[in-house]
Amino acid sequence: MALTNGTIRQQLTEKFGEEIYDWSEPYGMLTFTSHKDLNLKVLQHLFDDPTLQFRFLTDICAVHYPEKKGAELAVVYHLHNLVENIRIRFKVFTDVNKPDVFSATALYASANWMERETYDFYGVNFVGHPNLVRILNADEMDYFPMRKEYPLEEQTRVDKDDEMFGRD
Amino acid sequence: MARPVQYNITNKHVEAPIALASAPEGLTGEGFFATKLSDVVGLARKNSIWPLPFATSCCGIEFMALMASHYDLARFGSERVSFSPRQCDLLMVMGTIAKKMAPIVKQVYLQMAEPRWVLAMGACASSGGIFDSYAVLQGIDQIIPVDVYVPGCPPRPEAVLDGFIKVQDLVGKENLRRRNSERYKELMNSYGIQ
Repeated sequence: MALTNGTIRQQLTEKFGEEIYDWSEPYGMLTFTSHKDLNLKVLQHLFDDPTLQFRFLTDICAVHYPEKKGAELAVVYHLHNLVENIRIRFKVFTDVNKPDVFSATALYASANWMERETYDFYGVNFVGHPNLVRILNADEMDYFPMRKEYPLEEQTRVDKDDEMFGRD
Repeated sequence: MARPVQYNITNKHVEAPIALASAPEGLTGEGFFATKLSDVVGLARKNSIWPLPFATSCCGIEFMALMASHYDLARFGSERVSFSPRQCDLLMVMGTIAKKMAPIVKQVYLQMAEPRWVLAMGACASSGGIFDSYAVLQGIDQIIPVDVYVPGCPPRPEAVLDGFIKVQDLVGKENLRRRNSERYKELMNSYGIQ
């Protein structure tokens, strides 16, 4: 029996019940959310379960939603079942003032790089990561550039004339 | 029927097969020529500049065209492109310099022996260009002093040649004492270079 979005949803609902919510299928990709304390339990189940077998971590990234008070930062896991060739998207939300999320490095070795990168750009503190330091940006950078409170343009730039860009 | 020939059918007038650098001003007499030492040194330096290409992106591709036979930087005495900073006179920074790359550019500059010159090629090296973002250095003059800026994105090889000839002018006219002057030391100190 081929694994479908419906069976994945059914499996997860049986195991976790109401702990997993916000189900949707944008462009056919099953997407769901859980509480951030449960992220490792859900990932472990997705990894271990003989029918689910999501054993390839395609990507970890974060999204900043400044208007969602108390759940500003979303951490998004993209998982791939290489046997059935089916992908899912799993999100957890965290408060930007206390962005602690458990690290998935014990489960997926590839999470090491991706979590460092996510920390580098969004400041998500992955609890349990073996070496959570900046990976792409300059070491002395003192902010998280992809968060929306920081301006897109480099502030040391002097040659851009605001008038040319229709700004005062 | 043979196709009509359209190109290269008029012979160009060549003044002299080899262009010689003109002699500096001086006193000439029978069997002697007297001039300033700085002029002679300038003449020698400007016609044998060894460039160090620091190419990080598309400007580097234009530089390859510049070095190849069509544009031929070797005509200006710079056929010897060196990849050791200690042998070079001119640092050519070509391309986007990320902030993480900045200390490396500075280190390369520091490894060059005086007298040294810097040419910033293209919009990115000169000002950050289109990369107005947290990751990119907004012009290499934030970390090292620059002698000549070549605008363009990327500049055509002719533009780089023009910039290179401007560097030659600077080199040829430079006072031999300039690098010992207080003003030069002040400039270096403003970049934190001793």
